[in-house]
Amino acid sequence: MTGKTLYDKLWEQHLVRESEDGTALIYIDLQLLHEVTSAQAFAGLRDAARLPRRKAANLAVADHNVPTTDRSAGISDPIARLQVETLDRNCEEFGITEFAMSDPRQGIVHVVGPEQGATQPGMTIVCGDSHTATHGALGALAFGIGTSEVEHVLATQCLVARKMKNMRINLNGALPDGIFSKDMILAVIGLIGTSGGTGYTIEFAGSAVREASMEARMTLCNMAIEAGARAGLVGVDEATVTYLEGRPYSPKGDHIERARDFWLQMVTDLDAEFDKEYDLDVSVLRPQVTWGTSPEMVASVDDEIPNPADAPDQTRERDWARALEYMDLSPGTRINTITLDKVFIGACTNGRIEDLRAAAKVASGRKVAQNIKQALVVPGSGLVKVQAEAEGLDRIFTEAGFEWREPGCSMCLAMNADQLEPGERCAATSNRNFEGRQGYGGRTHLVSPSMAAAAAIAGRFVDPHQL
Amino acid sequence: MEKFVNYSSVVIPIDRSNVDTDALIPKQFLKSVEKSGFGDNLFDEWRYLDQGEPGQDCSDRPLNTDFVLNKKAYRGGRILLARDNFGCGSSREHAVWALRDFGIRTVIAGSYADIFFNNCFKNGVLPISLPGADIDALFAQDAESGPCSMDIDLERQTATAESGQVYRFEIDGFKKQCLLEGLDDIALTLQHEGDIATYEQRRMNDVPWLFEDLAS
Repeated sequence: MTGKTLYDKLWEQHLVRESEDGTALIYIDLQLLHEVTSAQAFAGLRDAARLPRRKAANLAVADHNVPTTDRSAGISDPIARLQVETLDRNCEEFGITEFAMSDPRQGIVHVVGPEQGATQPGMTIVCGDSHTATHGALGALAFGIGTSEVEHVLATQCLVARKMKNMRINLNGALPDGIFSKDMILAVIGLIGTSGGTGYTIEFAGSAVREASMEARMTLCNMAIEAGARAGLVGVDEATVTYLEGRPYSPKGDHIERARDFWLQMVTDLDAEFDKEYDLDVSVLRPQVTWGTSPEMVASVDDEIPNPADAPDQTRERDWARALEYMDLSPGTRINTITLDKVFIGACTNGRIEDLRAAAKVASGRKVAQNIKQALVVPGSGLVKVQAEAEGLDRIFTEAGFEWREPGCSMCLAMNADQLEPGERCAATSNRNFEGRQGYGGRTHLVSPSMAAAAAIAGRFVDPHQL
Repeated sequence: MEKFVNYSSVVIPIDRSNVDTDALIPKQFLKSVEKSGFGDNLFDEWRYLDQGEPGQDCSDRPLNTDFVLNKKAYRGGRILLARDNFGCGSSREHAVWALRDFGIRTVIAGSYADIFFNNCFKNGVLPISLPGADIDALFAQDAESGPCSMDIDLERQTATAESGQVYRFEIDGFKKQCLLEGLDDIALTLQHEGDIATYEQRRMNDVPWLFEDLAS
C-alpha cells in the first residue's frame, strides 16, 4: 500500500461521515470571521433561531473595510461603518472573540491567525475569504468558503465537501539573492495557469520550500487560490514548531510536547503518490511582474510584453489582447520601461514583518520618484506595525517618501478609501490584478515587496540590484 | 432556498475565460449586510459607463451599449454562457447573489473555480460544465444566427438548444437533489448530530489543546 499525502491525512482525520457517492461531512477546527462575508451568515443563524455550535472555535477581526489613516474618528463611510459595527454586534451577541478595530492585535485575518498561534498544524481552518489558503503554510487544511458555508460552520462546526485531488509542486534550487517567495508563486501561476490547480490541493515542497521562512511559506500558500487551488500546504518541520513557540494561542503546559509530536506527523509520506506533480528550478528565477489582468499573465522584469498573436490558443489570444488594452500596454514593450503612478506594499500576501524589512532594505537612504503620486506601506497587523516601528522601518519609509499606515486589507481590494483612480498604474504586493480590483479603471502589476519598493524609487519597474 | 424548476430562456454569451468575481460584483457593493439587492450591479464595470456606488438608482446611469447584458435581444435572459474558470478569485457569495437577483439561474461554462461552484448550489443557481468543443459550438451558434434559446432540464441533466441538439451534463447527485428540492443543507447536516458529537468526542481526546477556550 502506498503512503499518504499530507492532504490525505488531514482529510481522513477530519472525516465525520462519508456517503457512498463521496459526499462527506468534515469537521472544522477553526473559523476565522471578518466583516464582509459574515453579516448575512449571522442573520441566517438568527432567523433560524440557531446558535454557534462552538463559539470558542471562531475568531473574528475587521480588516477589509477599516481605514488605514487615523482611526480615532472611526469610519467615515456610513455603509462600511455599519458593516464593521454589525460584526462587533454579532460577536458580542453570539459570544465570539473579536479583535476590534482599536485592538492592538487587529489586522488582516490571514496575518492575525498565524501571528496569534491560532493557526496550528493538523487543523482545518475556514474563512469567508479565498486567501484562507495562507494558513496551509503551517500544515493546516485551510480554504475559503462562501457566506452560506460560514453560516453552516457556525451552526454545525462541519462542512459538506468532497475530497480534492493531490498536486505537488517541487520548488528546487537555491533562490538567488533578491528573489522571494512572491517571485516563486508568480512563476508557478505562470507555469500552471490560474485554473491549473482547480480541483486540487497543492502541496509546496522541495529544497527552496524547506529553506523558506514560515512567512515566505505563507506567501506561497496565500496565492494557491490564484493557481485555482482552494488550499495550499507545506509539510510541518522544525521551522513550523519553532514559529509556534510561545504564541498566545499555542498549546500550553502539558499539551506542548504532545502537540509537537502530533504536528511533526503532518507531512507527506515518502512513498505517497500525487495525481499531478510539477518541478520548478528556482535558482534561475528573475524578479516577476504581472502585465495583464490575470495573475497567470506574468513575466520577468527584463522581459518584453508578449504578443497576443503568440498566445497558445485563440481564447488566450483574445484574453491577452483584451488585457493589454485594459492595461494600456503594447506587445514588445520592455517591462522595465513601464512607469508607475502608485505603489502599494501590504496585503495578506506580503504585509508581514519580513516583507516590510525587504522593502525597507531597498528604500533605505533613497527617495520615492517624482512621478509616483502615492507609495503606501500598510502593515498586515497592529503587531507587525509595532515590530516594524521598533526596528525603525517606519522612519526609513517615511524619510524616503512612503506613507506609513494603520493595518488592514487596504488597496489590495480597495474597499476602504485607499484606491487607484481610473487609469492609474500601480506596483502592488497584493495577489490580484483583475480589472478594477484596486479601484475603478485602475491597473495593477503584482510584484514582490522588494520590487515594489524599487519601483517606487525608480518610478518604473527595475531589478532592485540595478538601482 | 427556492426549488430549481426546468425552464427555457435566451442564452447570454460572455465570450471570456477567467471571468472573476470582482467582475461579477465589484467590491463597493460588498459593504451591504443584506443577502439580496445585487442584481442591478451584476457586471457593474462592464455594464455601465460610470463608476457605480452602493444604494444608487441605476435606472439613469449611462449604459455600455456594447455589453451583451444591455442588448435588447438578450433582455430577460436567464442563462449565461462563458468559457473556462468562470467565477475565479474572491470567495464573495455576493457574485452568485448578483446573478440570482438578476434572474440568472443557470451558467454554462467550460469550467468553474471551486468556491464559486459551491456557492451556486447554496442559492439555487445551476452551474453546468460542458466540454470545450460544445462551448465553442454554442458561441459559434450565437455569432452566426443571433440569440439562441435553450431548455434546461435538471432532472434529465440536459440543456437542449433550439436546433434540437441535446447537451447532457454531469452533476453530483447530492447537489442535484438539494437544487431540485430547495433543501436547507444546515438542516440536513444537523440530522447527523450523533455523528458530529461522536467525532467531536474523539477529536477532543486526540487533540485536547484545540478544545481549550481560544480566548483564555
